[in-house]
Amino acid sequence: MLVFEQSRTGRVNAAQSAKKDNMVNVIPDNLKRKTRPLLPEISEMQAVRHYTRLSQKNFSIDTHFYPLGSCTMKYNPRACNQLSMLPGLLNRHPATPDSSSQGFLACMYDLQEILKDVTGMYEVSLAPMAGAQGEFAGVAMIRAYHDAQNGGKGDPARTEILVPDAAHGTNPATATMCNFKVKEIPTNSDGDVDIDALKAAVGPQTAGIMLTNPSTLGVFERKIKEIAGIVHDAGGLLYYDGANLNAILGKVKPGDMGFDVIHMNLHKTFSTPHGGGGPGAGPVGVSKRLEPYLPVPMVVENGGEYHVVTEKSRPQSIGRLSAFMGNTGILLRAYIYARMLGSEGMQRVAEYATLNANYMLAVLQKSGFEIAYPNRRATHEFIVTLKKQAKDLGVNTMDFAKRLLDYGFHAPTTYFPLLVPECLLIEPTETETKQELDDFMQAMVAIQKEAESEPEIVKSAPHTLPVRRLDDVKAAKELDLTYKGE
Amino acid sequence: MPFIPHTEEEVKSMLEVIGVESIEDLFDEIPENLRSEGLTKVPEGLTEMEIGRIMRARADQDTYRLCFAGGGAYEHHVPAAVWEITTRGEFYSAYTPYQAEASQGTLQLLYEYQTMMASLTAMDVSNASLYDGASALAEAVLMAVRANRKSKSKRVLMPRTVNPAYRKVAYNIVHNQGIVLEELDYDVTSGTIDINSLPDEPGDFTALVIPQPNYFGSLEEVDALTDWAHQHKALVIAVVNPMSLAMLKPPGEWGNDSDITGADITCGEGQPLGIPLSSGGPYFGFMCCRQVYVRQMPGRIIGRTVDLDGKPGFSLTLQAREQHIRRSKATSNICTNQGLLVTAATIYMAIVGPYGLENTAAQSHNNTQLLMSELDKLNGVQRIFNSANFHEAVFKFDLPLSDVIRSLAAQGIVAGVRLEDDYPELGNCLMVCATETKSEDDIKGFAKTLATTLTRLQAAACPVQPKMA
Repeated sequence: MLVFEQSRTGRVNAAQSAKKDNMVNVIPDNLKRKTRPLLPEISEMQAVRHYTRLSQKNFSIDTHFYPLGSCTMKYNPRACNQLSMLPGLLNRHPATPDSSSQGFLACMYDLQEILKDVTGMYEVSLAPMAGAQGEFAGVAMIRAYHDAQNGGKGDPARTEILVPDAAHGTNPATATMCNFKVKEIPTNSDGDVDIDALKAAVGPQTAGIMLTNPSTLGVFERKIKEIAGIVHDAGGLLYYDGANLNAILGKVKPGDMGFDVIHMNLHKTFSTPHGGGGPGAGPVGVSKRLEPYLPVPMVVENGGEYHVVTEKSRPQSIGRLSAFMGNTGILLRAYIYARMLGSEGMQRVAEYATLNANYMLAVLQKSGFEIAYPNRRATHEFIVTLKKQAKDLGVNTMDFAKRLLDYGFHAPTTYFPLLVPECLLIEPTETETKQELDDFMQAMVAIQKEAESEPEIVKSAPHTLPVRRLDDVKAAKELDLTYKGE
Repeated sequence: MPFIPHTEEEVKSMLEVIGVESIEDLFDEIPENLRSEGLTKVPEGLTEMEIGRIMRARADQDTYRLCFAGGGAYEHHVPAAVWEITTRGEFYSAYTPYQAEASQGTLQLLYEYQTMMASLTAMDVSNASLYDGASALAEAVLMAVRANRKSKSKRVLMPRTVNPAYRKVAYNIVHNQGIVLEELDYDVTSGTIDINSLPDEPGDFTALVIPQPNYFGSLEEVDALTDWAHQHKALVIAVVNPMSLAMLKPPGEWGNDSDITGADITCGEGQPLGIPLSSGGPYFGFMCCRQVYVRQMPGRIIGRTVDLDGKPGFSLTLQAREQHIRRSKATSNICTNQGLLVTAATIYMAIVGPYGLENTAAQSHNNTQLLMSELDKLNGVQRIFNSANFHEAVFKFDLPLSDVIRSLAAQGIVAGVRLEDDYPELGNCLMVCATETKSEDDIKGFAKTLATTLTRLQAAACPVQPKMA
């Protein structure tokens, strides 16, 4: 039932807002609202019960194994939430003078330093509010860099951004937002970038390349140094999409691979909550030559005092990307997480995320599942392709995914990357136990048996959730985006 | 090992299954010369108790008593239940509802949110949120350029009464695509856009941005502005404070022209709806529009549909607009929304309801009027705009404002927002705000403290002048 269907005209939660008498109202009549908005009129308990019940219809990390590839659904430590919501931090107005904000600014500064170390980049800005905005900041900096060449006259020929065909959809979308043309680079059969195709594609029109390493195929791009050389020799810059940083945290630094600019997804690698689809945080790191262009605000330290710096003192900056300082509450959570892990803990993240992924790959392969890149070592994730099941049994990846829900597991990422047909991208993360992984793989085997003996049960799954498969065509054709009463 | 559950025995058996000797062997495809030498600036790990001690010390260091700052972030009471429910693990640790059957909680909540926002703004449809108010305005500008088929121009009129940070963000995000944001000045007496100063023949432009209340807290003549834009075949982008809409005419009803009334796109900052100040984020941006433009809207949109048995359910819809399908041709590169904040805002609106929201807005309005009348009594402080306002007002100080702000901060009061950095013509001007969280004593106490501070600073500023040699 919708919250609006529980509403009764005239029900008021007096505890939440006492009406005062004789209030002043200077709003001119022609600017006043005439009818009340249709917000629910329900009791506080009704609201609590309604939204508690809704929450129970969700799968989440706290309730289910959630091996969603490329999303790094690891445990979100509760301490990060509790400590980031201490009153002094939670109630701080963004206009509070720096002199009264030293505790908060110290956390931001420390986080910048930690991220510099982890990525091997020269400087970091925490400003971007999500991965896609970090990407935007990165590509905008590449544009700003080229525009500043030739003594400020710019390098207008550089109109193209190269993007491997395995990339996240945000990469080409971001390049377009920065007014670059996108040229796709194919991937070879081992999952590495096709070097010959890259060599043929670069030239004086190349502004840069956007790469994810490990790639979305779950393998480490072995020729990264060669790629960096090819792109740099052509005068282009290298952009690192930090989506898969969890796989190499503390083991390899993007700066050492030759990248000029990177973004991190703190909601993945640094375990801040995904919150049903946000908020994220997408700090960017750069090499020395891109440092002047970093987005603001940033925090600097001077004689033991911390200050916020803006466009005023950083005139070449690509500017601000949010009204204030970005998603600072998320940055605090990432900071607390980083401090609990410490330097050794961070390296263990990459180690155990990789161990879990390779263990699952080995077991699923032995159980008869086809691995997309069987000759490669898995990083923190890997791909199973169900093209045989789809062809021989008529049971496709979506059917497997939906049936997994019945077994109490969130489905892996489906049909991404687009290169591999009928794929499941599986990322277990380091925080899962062997037992949980084993249970998931037993479910995969059981579903395989079902697909062979009674495929209908798989094809019509899920059977045990609040709803069965939804009519997406109807949803898009007969748009019902707001409740209008029955 | 923090947050890693493996026992030694388990690791051994897992390595055996994989067929390697050690975890290190799993990194054998990474070229040796790329392997990091370790982390030098990351300190040793801490226990929860230890990091708790550090965070509490830092949080306590920053506490202030009273805050009269607004400027796009407003202190409102948030019912205890809002964040108790929002931080339930099932909301907090879930991801984007791609698997609809396993995400009906989040999806239904977002559908309810869309309904509430559409009703509050009197617009047809709402998306499931964007990052914040500033980036929502940038997305609205991009959307208007796509949506307005009657204009070939990439010119958008942007009044200087729009939040200056929003204007900067919009410029930073859209300028690479050749979109021009042309400033409109304001009337110095009213602090609002002067209708009479708008050109009769403005040339082709694709949209006019109208803030309500504007950045100074003043109320714009939204009806006349909306009609003027529509008469020139331009779209209207409304930037509004959702809390104020409990009292103010909603954008969907702006304009007196019977042919086309209402804003075409409405966006803004959702923070006043149950989101803590939190140093400026995370907040959430909202966006609503006319039905005809829904396919041009960026961000996630939830639709109600039915399942195989005909039972109602919810799913992400119109995904063909989005980056994971359209890639370089998507409406935006945006991937996330601000799900957790929208969860809080939805629960907030459900708990306070239409009367609670109205009372909160009305008390904020009332308290700011009281604050204004108290400050009007002080020497050396003048209110500079004469228009009606919602819950903010601007005062000019005779003494250097930075001294006043610093002195009040030392007494535990955040005095307000200084305007000089963004408006050079408004030197020594402070913008203040008193929401429903301020009692009469708080407001009168602030005025008294300010009076004492000004007297003290005045005395310090006029020492016996040293004689010139």
